[in-house]
Amino acid sequence: MTKIFKASPSLPPPVNSVGPVAWIRQNLVSTPFNTALTLISLYILYLLVPPVISWAIINATWDGESKADCTAGGACWAFIRVRFDQFMYGRYPLEEYWRINLGCILLIVLIGMYAIKVVNKTILTTFILIAYPVIAYLLFAGGLLGLEQVETELWGGLFLTVLLGIIGIIASFPLGVLLALGRRSNMPIVKSVCIIFIETIRAVPLITILFMASVMIPLFLPDGLNFNKMLRVLIGITLFSAAYMAEVIRGGLQAIPKGQYEAADAMGLTYWQSMLLVILPQALKLVIPGIVNTFIALFKDTTLVYIVGMFDLLGMIQLASHSPKWLGTTIEGYAFSGFLYWIICFSMSRYSMTVERKLETGHKRN
Amino acid sequence: MFVGYYLFSNLQANLDKQGIATGFGFLNQPAGFPILIHLIEYTEANTYGRAFVVALINTFVISLLGIVLATIIGVIMGLARLSNNWLIARLATVYVETLRNIPLLLQMFFWYFAVLSALPGPKNSIIFGDFLMNNRGIYSPNPQFQNGFGFVVFGFFVGVAAAIALIVWAKRRQTRTGIWFPAYWASLGTIVAITFLSLVLSGFPVEFDLPELGRFNIVGGMVLTPEFVAVLIALSTYTSSFIAEIVRAGIQSVNWGQTEASRSLGLPDGLTQRLIVLPQALRVIIPPLTSQFLNLAKNSSLGAAIAYPELVSVVMGTTSGQTGQSIETIGLCMLVYGSLSLTISLFMNWYNKKMSLTER
Amino acid sequence: MTEQNMALAQLEAGEKATIEFNDVNKWYGDFHVLKNINFSIKKGERIVVCGPSGSGKSTMIRCVNRLEEHQKGSIMVDGIEMNDNLKNIEAIRKDVGMVFQHFNLFPHLTILENLTLAPIWVRKMPKKEAEEMAMHYLERVKIANQAAKFPGQLSGGQQQRVAIARGLCMKPRIMLFDEPTSALDPEMIKEVLDVMIQLAEEGMTMICVTHEMGFAKTVADRVVFMDAGEIVEANEPHKFFDDPQHDRTQLFLSQILNH
Repeated sequence: MTKIFKASPSLPPPVNSVGPVAWIRQNLVSTPFNTALTLISLYILYLLVPPVISWAIINATWDGESKADCTAGGACWAFIRVRFDQFMYGRYPLEEYWRINLGCILLIVLIGMYAIKVVNKTILTTFILIAYPVIAYLLFAGGLLGLEQVETELWGGLFLTVLLGIIGIIASFPLGVLLALGRRSNMPIVKSVCIIFIETIRAVPLITILFMASVMIPLFLPDGLNFNKMLRVLIGITLFSAAYMAEVIRGGLQAIPKGQYEAADAMGLTYWQSMLLVILPQALKLVIPGIVNTFIALFKDTTLVYIVGMFDLLGMIQLASHSPKWLGTTIEGYAFSGFLYWIICFSMSRYSMTVERKLETGHKRN
Repeated sequence: MFVGYYLFSNLQANLDKQGIATGFGFLNQPAGFPILIHLIEYTEANTYGRAFVVALINTFVISLLGIVLATIIGVIMGLARLSNNWLIARLATVYVETLRNIPLLLQMFFWYFAVLSALPGPKNSIIFGDFLMNNRGIYSPNPQFQNGFGFVVFGFFVGVAAAIALIVWAKRRQTRTGIWFPAYWASLGTIVAITFLSLVLSGFPVEFDLPELGRFNIVGGMVLTPEFVAVLIALSTYTSSFIAEIVRAGIQSVNWGQTEASRSLGLPDGLTQRLIVLPQALRVIIPPLTSQFLNLAKNSSLGAAIAYPELVSVVMGTTSGQTGQSIETIGLCMLVYGSLSLTISLFMNWYNKKMSLTER
Repeated sequence: MTEQNMALAQLEAGEKATIEFNDVNKWYGDFHVLKNINFSIKKGERIVVCGPSGSGKSTMIRCVNRLEEHQKGSIMVDGIEMNDNLKNIEAIRKDVGMVFQHFNLFPHLTILENLTLAPIWVRKMPKKEAEEMAMHYLERVKIANQAAKFPGQLSGGQQQRVAIARGLCMKPRIMLFDEPTSALDPEMIKEVLDVMIQLAEEGMTMICVTHEMGFAKTVADRVVFMDAGEIVEANEPHKFFDDPQHDRTQLFLSQILNH
């Protein structure tokens, strides 16, 4: 004689264990120590937040022609507004800004085309990696097709920062792959050269590499021939980034099970074929978070070019905030540029975390 | 091969043309430039070699101080991120995410140009007790050690020895009888007490040279220049944000089941953390932590941008600028950083081998 | 509760129930995971808890040693109430041992150190005494020769036997088993079950959450079936397996016994 079991209804939790009051009890005042911490934090917030808000918003000046126009106890955002173009474009001539804008829009459109299904991805990638840089260079530097020439010394601001970052990471990528492969190679000369190169670069600060590129490269070239400073700096940045990229990629290569290498060999593929068709696609997918992190670090490191005399975003801020009309606006300058850097780096790190999470679920075997 | 030869011949030609010497002979020549911060005796008449040593010491000191500060702040922030207290955890997250994503150079400029420059002049210095703060630096009392101080140092070492003996005794006692004496706190107290006792017994053989406002400037006391302070604060806070993440990840890497097993055995939370979670977390924390220490030492080179006389600014900046021997100077710098890096790598390899969990 | 009262309560409890669930309810946020659990266990009873996944069986036994907190009702262990009072929690945890599905041995300590850790630090035993006791229990679970090894060097079955010995070293009155064999390869299940059967035959009060019905039939005094957070049926094994009362129980048994 089977009884039918009547399940009890699911009741809501007791009132004192959910809801905002319960949340405060559990998270903020659960023990005397916790309560003390909460009070200290609230006090710190009280000390910091109101003065900052009153400085940055309430007493701030948004219009003006010089520091004198700004009220004393407030932020001088007029400084940012007046000099905004310079922060974005450096000392690039005003009339030619459209060239930079065009180059950026073109890039965004090209990248957006990845979303369109009809487009052949390989052709798109080749175009972006080969044709676009040439187009962009012609656009920015000019000297041809009726475009006025703009020397690279004049490139600056956020434009220069982003340019250095993107070129640095894209150029260092193939070099990093080669170094990583070389480090795992069986040929002793290749392996040692790669190891020495990677370890030396990783052991020294970027600034020594930049100095080296800036000061030493001209010494090795015959008289008269000299690279443009930006090119020298780019070479330094690329080499530096390539060493770190190589280590990240090497981690990915090590994570590929030996069976993959063996299967590729067994199929009769040559070394380069197995690398390009089998191993690298898998390894690179694994290390996308690592690559993004290297890019974030590189992006922050572009600020160092100021020390060797180039005026990236930070450089322009320094220049502008020490000019006679705007003395004393350093805080506004740093706040603005700091915010820009922060937004870009933070978004990239969030992106990297999302990718990492997606990859983890994809690889989870239990 | 040919490329190498070609480059080298160009190098020779260019060096000759510009009249630049080669080799390290310049190290024996008089430097001719002052260095504002020097922990050993140095004047313009000293050699480049001595300038190099001064800069090396500066780099070393600021790196060491930076590492200590960054670790302390980083550990606190890492633990705060894991706190049950929602406010503390959020504040720590804001701290970490803000400092991590802003370039170090910008942060250094912020402290130097925006904060320290905004301090008032010497006549209007901000005063904390015996400490003075103005835009020329932070002035603190300068301890002058007198004759009896050797006794105090001796007392300190006696305190340390007593502390070690106390811990050894407590451990032995626990092995024998099972009773545990809180030896770690007691040993700390012992060191402090015995050192203080020796201070009293020798009649406090320390005098303090207090900073005071002279006619135009502060006289007396010990000064921490704005360059030094800015570099130190920037390095410490920036690196501490990375260390916080490393500490947090390390603690979270320990399986929750470990804490549950420990609790189910009746171990109180304090012992669970100390005996079970911490040893396992440290294994995961130490390797990336030593990388951050190396990064901090390398990042000290950014001090060159605000003329803090560390290695890069003195050797690669001024010396290279004056003698033109860029290759040797850059090589010298790279040698220093390279050896530092090598030492830390060797330590890490040794540590990893020692700590790896034995598995089948 | 003062020390005297606690001891008195424990004396009285010897005659009464060892573990008592009174109207125990638990929520994870809004999800009602334990509904009106009413159950008592006498000293020396061997209880097997079974049911579909998500039924709350693990949650229920983890409330006994406060690895989970209940929001309503009361749980009494040997006369002491399990609540937020730290003294109560620690007193109960000393006398209740637990074995986990994933063993949770401490990987940075040797097997011997795993066993002696709690006796030394909680029961304040001298090291030598603790080690002798540990070796005694290691011999009981037939693994004494591995005492100097680390958990990473042992197989799953060996690790779980060590985990049982580790729980026993605290001389608990009650042992809780949370799916002790679910993470083991089939050939290792028997060695662990043999140890548990031996424990049961020596009279240890135990609650065991498991899918091993053979074990239930051999050893259990009562089998408890839970579904969707409540106890559906609890009976002696022969009645439970041969004459289940409720449709839910019948469905569950048909699924689990028919392959």
